[in-house]
Amino acid sequence: MMLPHAITLPADASFGMWRDHARALLQSNSPPECVEWRIRSAQDDLFAESDPLPEATPTSHKTVQRGCVRLLQRILCHTSPDRFALAYRVLWRTMHQAGLIRAATDPDIAAANHMAHQIRRDVHDMKSYVRFREKKIPDRNERHFVSWFEPDHHILEIVAPFFAGRFTDMNWLILTPKGSIARNGTDCIITREPCARETIEDETEQLWYTYYRSIFNPARIKLKTMRSQMPRKFWKNLPETELIPEMLVSAQRWKVQ
Amino acid sequence: MKRTFSQRLAILSDAAKYDASCASSGTEKRTSKSGGKGLGSTESSGICHAFTPDGRCVSLLKILMTNFCIYDCAYCINRIFSGVERARFSAEDIVWLTLEFYRRNYIEGLFLSSGIIRSSDYTMEELVRVARTLRLDHNFRGYIHLKTIPDASPELLAEAGLYADRLSINVEMPTEQGLASYAPEKNAAGIRSAMGHIRYRMDAAREKAPSGRRPPRFAPGGQSTQMIVGADAATDQDILSSSASLYTGYQLRRVYYSAFSPIPDASVKLPLIRPPLLREHRLYQADWLFRFYGFNFQELTENRPDGMLDLEMDPKLSWALDHRDIFPVDINRADRETLFRIPGIGPRSVIALLAARKHRTIRLEDLERLKISIRKIRPFITTPDWRPTRLADRTDLRTLFKPAPAQLSLL
Repeated sequence: MMLPHAITLPADASFGMWRDHARALLQSNSPPECVEWRIRSAQDDLFAESDPLPEATPTSHKTVQRGCVRLLQRILCHTSPDRFALAYRVLWRTMHQAGLIRAATDPDIAAANHMAHQIRRDVHDMKSYVRFREKKIPDRNERHFVSWFEPDHHILEIVAPFFAGRFTDMNWLILTPKGSIARNGTDCIITREPCARETIEDETEQLWYTYYRSIFNPARIKLKTMRSQMPRKFWKNLPETELIPEMLVSAQRWKVQ
Repeated sequence: MKRTFSQRLAILSDAAKYDASCASSGTEKRTSKSGGKGLGSTESSGICHAFTPDGRCVSLLKILMTNFCIYDCAYCINRIFSGVERARFSAEDIVWLTLEFYRRNYIEGLFLSSGIIRSSDYTMEELVRVARTLRLDHNFRGYIHLKTIPDASPELLAEAGLYADRLSINVEMPTEQGLASYAPEKNAAGIRSAMGHIRYRMDAAREKAPSGRRPPRFAPGGQSTQMIVGADAATDQDILSSSASLYTGYQLRRVYYSAFSPIPDASVKLPLIRPPLLREHRLYQADWLFRFYGFNFQELTENRPDGMLDLEMDPKLSWALDHRDIFPVDINRADRETLFRIPGIGPRSVIALLAARKHRTIRLEDLERLKISIRKIRPFITTPDWRPTRLADRTDLRTLFKPAPAQLSLL
């Protein structure tokens, strides 16, 4: 029996880092059950590095299907510590079993699809619930906007093109605990360092509150729908949600009338 | 006394809430990267940026240019004899507000409508001016939905289609009689002919001329409409057959159903009721079955004695209980159309099932991995390890699926 081969990666390892290891493992023909994926913790000393890779055995050059690469890219954005092992297992098995990627009933594929689904939702939520506030900078022609958002997963690379394609005539900065996305002038820059929250007042937000209050129809109350679509975890960064109790009270008064 | 900007915003958005549509989907994909600097982009599936406690999403800045109106439509809060406060925004006000909201990522774009002031053409021209200013002066590439005034001139309509992603005209009432009695100034034939005109222009915009020249752009997001449910005597069957002709005859992207909300200062012609929200929900489910599941509307109501959908269960389940002879379905053998008929299975699950079936025989536990609810689907299917007790024989079948009785609220 082969000894398990240990690989240590940082907790926020990117797709590229995982891919380099996975490629080497595949070339050395190491099956998933012989690989142990570890996450580097603060206690680890610098020498807790990955084992040297076994000799590459000359194999024929294989390509990975595009659909599979796309799935692997998604699941490697996930924060689950199991993602490295799962991704390698999916990769290994699809190389040996054609068409596996479409077999949604397979436990590995089902788990991968589930992770990919959570990533899609996270990306979607970020597009929806990022809120910019204007930061007035004197003597500058371009306008500056700043946002604070808390994504569940490492999705900044996936979501950045959306913001870059949407807001091109202003400068903006999205700060998150998992890094930042910024557009200054023409470039879009992504970092992975955790950011701190920046508090900015923007008076236009008052008009947004007015709109939110007025577009609500007090004759129809569907709180469950609202909560399932806009989960509670986002509310702390969506200031208009503070108006909800007051809106419900006035809806009640409206009904009694 | 002159009202502040915020007060006018409150009045004009309050007046717009009776339009159900807030969709920002179905248009061409655009970004602001190509063709110089601009603001905005569109996604194929639309984005909701907030939800209000009525369960509706906020995707567009939905607003009226003015709520002054020369018409007297009984169901409308802005009819000429209603006592509501009136206000008006200039085209520049609306352009400014749209851009500022957009920059803060509150919205996907603008849904602009208006009461009729002076004349149909004057009103339509003002609406078009907002869209034109946004597109040409500010390079706005977000979503624009314009409510169209049915009897405005064809030139204005052509220009509206040039800038807007979606155009809509509300048919308001499911039947012609309903419209005639509630909206004396509107006429059903005029509305239909305007819809036909929009459809003609959309078709023309897709065709290339023999010379290779592309015709001008026209509302790539299509057209939609809305009808009010529960204000007149129309049955669900009337409503759905009206939808069927709208979808097939005018190629509408969406028909919205709006449960009639009692409006403040209502006309005496109207019933004093709570909005029939559950009925509205069932109509949307039926609409969904038509658009994505291959049902036709006729099937859904033909077995209903009073022409109304069952309020106690969704129309698909209700249909299945009326057609027990086709169930249980063998999930490993049934064709695509039959899979779509099984209660508890949606289009996504059907695609996953068909793909998974090529790979292996589906057992009950596999369904769980496909995120299909076994509890809902079990009475209607067979798998190698599952066969329901004979469904067709049970007479108490309805009670099995009916929701548990609940106490009524006092209010």
